[in-house]
Amino acid sequence: MSDLRDLYQELILDHTKHPRNFGALENANCRADGHNPLCGDKLTVFLDVSNGVVKDARFQGSGCAISTASASMMTESIKGKTRAEAETLFERFHQMLTSPPDVEVQDAEELGKLVVFSGVKEFPVRVKCATLAWHTMNAAMRHEAEPVSTE
Amino acid sequence: MKGLSEVLAPETRKTLSSADVARIREDFPILKQQVCGRPLVYFDNAATSQKPRQVIEAISRFYAEDYSNIHRAVHTLSQRATQAFEAVRVKVQRFVHAAEDREIVFVRGTTEGNNLVAHGYLRPRLQAGDEILVSGMEHHSNIVPWQMLCGEKNARLRVIPISDDGELILEEYERLLNPRTRLVAVTQVSNALGTINPIRRMVEIAHRQRVPVLVDGAQGIPHLAVDVQALDCDFYTFSGHKLCGPTGIGALYGKANLLEAMSPFQGGGDMIVSVTFEKTTYNKIPHRFEAGTPDIAGVIGLGAAIDYLQSIGIEAINAYEEELLAYATQEVARIPGVRILGTAQAKASVLSFTVDGVHPHDIGTILDQLGIAIRAGHHCAQPVMDRFNVPATARASFAFYNTKEEIDALVQGIRRVMEVFG
Repeated sequence: MSDLRDLYQELILDHTKHPRNFGALENANCRADGHNPLCGDKLTVFLDVSNGVVKDARFQGSGCAISTASASMMTESIKGKTRAEAETLFERFHQMLTSPPDVEVQDAEELGKLVVFSGVKEFPVRVKCATLAWHTMNAAMRHEAEPVSTE
Repeated sequence: MKGLSEVLAPETRKTLSSADVARIREDFPILKQQVCGRPLVYFDNAATSQKPRQVIEAISRFYAEDYSNIHRAVHTLSQRATQAFEAVRVKVQRFVHAAEDREIVFVRGTTEGNNLVAHGYLRPRLQAGDEILVSGMEHHSNIVPWQMLCGEKNARLRVIPISDDGELILEEYERLLNPRTRLVAVTQVSNALGTINPIRRMVEIAHRQRVPVLVDGAQGIPHLAVDVQALDCDFYTFSGHKLCGPTGIGALYGKANLLEAMSPFQGGGDMIVSVTFEKTTYNKIPHRFEAGTPDIAGVIGLGAAIDYLQSIGIEAINAYEEELLAYATQEVARIPGVRILGTAQAKASVLSFTVDGVHPHDIGTILDQLGIAIRAGHHCAQPVMDRFNVPATARASFAFYNTKEEIDALVQGIRRVMEVFG
C-alpha cells in the first residue's frame, strides 16, 4: 500500500490550506483557464511576463488538494524565471510524474521543493491534478485562446 | 452449493438477514479481494454493480455450448441461440410488467434507449417552438439527446426545478407543462441525490395534457420493483450493467402503439422484411429497432441477472437496501463537518456528501487507500452540482451485497480523511 503521507505531504497540505499567490493579477499580460473534468478542478493562471521574464504569477479557482497545492507552488517556483526556464521546469516536473520508476529524472535538483509531488506518481489518476496548473501556465505563455483541459 | 432461492422462497423473504447477505456475497467473486491491503468495500454501485457467478457462468456457458447468430439460420445452434435470446425478451417483459414482449427493444443501455426515442419518436414530431420538459436532477444522458434535438429543431428544453431537499417541485412541473410540451423525460431515481421521483403522479399530470412521458430507469430498476403498466409511462429505459448484468446491454420499453408509429433509428440487417434497391420494407416491432447482430451474449447475461435478482426477491432487496441507506445516513450525518446532499423523503441507495475543507476527489483517494471504492465528481449530473453550488460530491451507493460493517468502515474512513486534512 502506498502511504497516504507520500501523497499528502505536510508541505502539500500547507499549500492547500494556505495557497500562495491566490487571486487575480490585475496587470497580467498572459492568462489561461484550465479545467480537469474528471474532478471538476477549474483554475485560471495569470502571468506578467516582461522581456521574456516571469515578473509575477498568480492563480485563482477551486480544486482538489493536489491541484491547489501544485498551482500554489508553481507560481512560487516560476517567478523570476525566464520563459525558457519555466518551460524546462515544467518538462522536468512532468517527467518526474510520468516517467517509468526505473528512469531517473534529468537534473532533478532543479525541481527543488517541487519534489514533494513525486509521491503523486503512485496515484496515476491524480497526475492530472498535479499537472493542471502547469499545462495552464504553458498555455498562458503561448497565449492560447482555448481553455486547457486534462481530458 | 445451494442457491439462496432453495434456502428460502423469495416471496417469504421480507428483507435480507446477515446470513442471507453472507451467502449472497459468496456469489460475487470480485468481493473476495483485497484492495491496498484491505478487504474491498464496493460502494460505487450507482455507477455499475458487480456480477454474480450465475451471470458470469451463463455468458461463458452460452459461448461454450449454444453460441450462434440469431433469427436467420435453420441450423440447430442458431435456433437454440434465437430461442434463448427471445426468452430473455419475455423475461424482461415480465420483470417490468409490460403488456407484451414486443414492447421490449434491446439496446446498448439507457443512453441508447433515450437516443432511440429522441430520433425514432420525437424527431419527426418536434417543431420549432415546441418544448421538451426534463428535470433538474437528470443524468447527462437524459439531457443531451433532448438538447441536441432542440438545437436542430429550434425547440426549447425546459427544466423542472429541485427543492433544497432534492425533490422535484411538482407545482412548478404542472406550471411548466403546456400545449407546446411534446415530451416529459424524467429519471425514476436521481443518481446524484438518490431521490425517488413520484413517477406515477407525474405521468398522470402529463397525460392530462396528452404529453407522453419517458422514464429513465437506470437508477430505478436496480432498487425498485418496476411496473410500467401501473406507472403508465410511455417509455422506460434501463441498463443491464447496473442490475448485476453485463455491460453493453439494456432495454427500452415502449407502449406498442407508440413503437408501431416510430421510424427505425438505424438501418441494417434484421430490421427489414425485404430489401430491394428501390424500397425496403421494415420489420415489425421490436425487430425494426434492432438493426445488426445484437449483443447476444449480453442479452443472455441480462436474463441470468434478472433470474438472480428474482431468486433473492426485489422487495427484499429494496427493504434491505433501505436499511443500509438509513444506517449510513445516520452514521455519516453524525460526523461533524459532513454535509449530506439529497435529503428527500423517498430515497434509494445513494449517499452524496461533502466534507468541509476537503475536495471530494481527495476523499476518494484516501478512502481508496483504505480499500473503499466510492465515486467522487459530478456524477454526470453537472446541473445538480450547480443547483447545490458544489463542484463535486463524494458518493457512496449501496447494493444488496453490502453490509453494515462496510458502512462502519466508510465512517472510519471519513474520520481518517479529516485527520489527514485536520
